[in-house]
Amino acid sequence: MNVTATLIGQLIVFSILIWFIKAVLWEPVINTLEDRKKRIADGLAASEKGMKDQELAAENAKHAIKEAKQAAAEIIAQAKARDTQMIEEAKNKAVEEADRVIAGAQAEIDQEVNRAKDSLRTQVSALAVAGASKILGKEVDANAHKAALKELIEQI
Amino acid sequence: MSESNAPAISNPVEYIQHHLGNMTHNGERPASLVDFSVFFVDTFVMSLILALAFAFAAWKVGKNLDPDKPTGMQNILETVVEFVNQQVKDIFPTADKWVGPLAITIFVWVALMNTMDIIPVDLIPSLVSGVAGVFGYDPAHVYWKAVPTTNLDTTFALALLVFGLIIFYNIKHKGLFGYMKVFATHPFSASNPIVKVLLFPINVVMTAIEEVAKPVSLGLRLFGNMFAGELLFLLIALLAFSYWAMPGQVVLGVLWSIFHILVILLQAFIFMLLTIVYLGLASQGTDEH
Repeated sequence: MNVTATLIGQLIVFSILIWFIKAVLWEPVINTLEDRKKRIADGLAASEKGMKDQELAAENAKHAIKEAKQAAAEIIAQAKARDTQMIEEAKNKAVEEADRVIAGAQAEIDQEVNRAKDSLRTQVSALAVAGASKILGKEVDANAHKAALKELIEQI
Repeated sequence: MSESNAPAISNPVEYIQHHLGNMTHNGERPASLVDFSVFFVDTFVMSLILALAFAFAAWKVGKNLDPDKPTGMQNILETVVEFVNQQVKDIFPTADKWVGPLAITIFVWVALMNTMDIIPVDLIPSLVSGVAGVFGYDPAHVYWKAVPTTNLDTTFALALLVFGLIIFYNIKHKGLFGYMKVFATHPFSASNPIVKVLLFPINVVMTAIEEVAKPVSLGLRLFGNMFAGELLFLLIALLAFSYWAMPGQVVLGVLWSIFHILVILLQAFIFMLLTIVYLGLASQGTDEH
């Protein structure tokens, strides 16, 4: 229970110990702790960001799928419409073609009829002249009776 | 009285006096309360060994700090550093690079020195006496006080350095004039200039007492607690005077040891905390006064 020269020795030991501890323990450990704190915070922030990104990506994917579905439906609808249109067009074309064919045939028939009539007319006039000659016993001049013949022919 | 009934401690007064004696560099006892011609070898060597142990552990851990997977001693020291740093952050008004190391050194070193109290009171002195006996000294006259903090030298060495730092921080943060102004205007202040002058001597005396009381209370608190604890261990050890009292020694020894663990850490913590508080007060600017 005395104060002695040991006091000075203890003061020296204490001072050196403080300096030593500061250099080898305090500063490195504080730095490590700060560094670790920062890294943990960074890691947490990164994981949060990753989670958000993932959420965003999921949202985007959903959106894209929805859009694709919509586009597909549209394309299908369009195709269906085109399909109907094509069938309609084909039908119309077919009808037109048929009409044209029929019209052509009709025209040909009419032509044939006219040709037959024409030949018939010529033959009728010749026949009429021949018949009259026979009946009258003399030559009939076709030109002289042109008007009568023409009337006859017209009747056909 | 037969041989088997002989008391383990034949002379209680001599036993306690022997235990309270220090090994000095020349074998002389200090002549008075303050005697700088004497050097206590036991106190110095014990505290030096503990300081070296702490320094070695700190160096070992600080050298291979693993930031990712702390193990073993690094965990312990990291926890202590974080704990002390938290106290400093809570109390200290400004950032200071020396307060933390000072606080952790006080806490760990004092705790280690106090822990010597838990080691059975006769173990270390007996070992030293035995070794001294081998070298031809008379074991009865080899003194060895194992707990450095039961010595005023150790506690006042710590307190004096803290005292010096208090003055240094005061001057550093308040300026020499600001520090003197604290002496002149604290704790009693007045707006009237005449009263101010009248209060001046009272303030100087009061503040001086207040400042000096800080290291004295720091040193005496630790010393008193540890000395009383050590003395109680010695008194409990005295129960070995007879075989029928030995169960009492065991029971009381266990109880006091367990309770003393609390005292050991608490006193180290209080010393550290008050150091931070005092230095924190010293680091405040003059605006608060």
